[in-house]
Amino acid sequence: MRITQGCFSFLPDLSDAQITAQVEYCLENGWAIGVEYTDDPHPRNTYWDMWGNPMFDLRDAKGVMMELDACRAAHPDAYIRLNAFDDTRGVESVKMSFIVNRPSEEPTIHMQRTDFEGRTQKYAWDVRR
Amino acid sequence: MDDTTTIPPATVDLAARYEASGVAEVLRELDAELIGLEPVKTRIRETAALLLVDRARRDLGLVQETPTLHMSFTGNPGTGKTTVAQKMAGLLHRLGYVRKGHLVSVTRDDLVGQYIGHTAPKTREVLKKAMGGVLFIDEAYYLYKPDNERDYGQEAIEILLQVMENNRDDLVVIMAGYADRMDTFFAANPGFRSRIAHHIEFPDYSDGELMRIAEQMMAAQSYRLDDGAKAALAEYVELRRKQPHFANARSLRNALDRARLRQANRLFSESSGPLTAEALSTIQEPDIRASRVFRGGLDVDRPRQQGETP
Repeated sequence: MRITQGCFSFLPDLSDAQITAQVEYCLENGWAIGVEYTDDPHPRNTYWDMWGNPMFDLRDAKGVMMELDACRAAHPDAYIRLNAFDDTRGVESVKMSFIVNRPSEEPTIHMQRTDFEGRTQKYAWDVRR
Repeated sequence: MDDTTTIPPATVDLAARYEASGVAEVLRELDAELIGLEPVKTRIRETAALLLVDRARRDLGLVQETPTLHMSFTGNPGTGKTTVAQKMAGLLHRLGYVRKGHLVSVTRDDLVGQYIGHTAPKTREVLKKAMGGVLFIDEAYYLYKPDNERDYGQEAIEILLQVMENNRDDLVVIMAGYADRMDTFFAANPGFRSRIAHHIEFPDYSDGELMRIAEQMMAAQSYRLDDGAKAALAEYVELRRKQPHFANARSLRNALDRARLRQANRLFSESSGPLTAEALSTIQEPDIRASRVFRGGLDVDRPRQQGETP
């Protein structure tokens, strides 16, 4: 099942040239870029693993693409996303986030519905491979 | 959208391209702002011409390889290596050989780490910042320490070599340092010599050139030297050149900074009434003559104790 979270996730996967163009846009706005990866795409999993520190003071997207290539080589079957951080408000807030790598076969997210007191229902989701 | 489908033009107008690229402007700036350095300017002009012709060839559909643009600047301290590197970044940007045209200036400390496993990320970090621009490595020979084979400099060198080869389209590396030590460095690291196409030598400035530089520096800070001060400065340059650690334009800049200090002090102690702008911006002979260089000592040395021999 295709995971949809962050920008562009309803579009076909971005090519490297398209990713470069998006990163250029972020750098033009003065945002720092961080590379993160995970094997657990559950929407409640906000803490993905960081691939190195977020990159500040970059001028060109090539620097990000080098890190992305290194991360893809190390984790070809993981989800990888790029986060763009904006510091204009004094905190590094995420302005943009998009997935740039997906496993060849994506896990499904399964919904479990349980009956509870009275006629209440509770829902839970888990990632199934 | 697709470059390969367009039909290449039959002719190309080099003069028009030269004007359109804005290279002329950079070269004019180079001529106006940099005094002397004729061999350097000639080499830069040649390089610019080559790159322009290369681009024209590519547009006509002729075989064209990305030229190797890594350079080495050798010369004594204060001969304008960093300044030229800055201009080079602008020039290469206008010619379209680097995408952003910024200059990242580093020394050994910025590349080499302090413990095992620290060097590679540090070097990569710098390289990432330099992508799309020019990486200027000042005193590059410090990267290689032949007397210590465990030195982490070697690791930085290996990463640099790899990136210089694989990312030729993404960044230009300029290495700078004194001529003799750079020669030893290249001899010990043949990989660098073969990857650097342009070796540019920076000659020392002549006395006349240094005087023109002094006037330019002062004018940029709205100061001027009166005739007495000019004569004293000419004498200063001559004397200073014979003393150790002479750093061309940089020594001159320091001397002038100290002259401004003495001028301020003189104005304080001498003047009682209101001062004109003229008085505030004129460096006079005594401001220069007070330098220790005229008494046989280095300007930077501590004053000699009584009875001490030089």
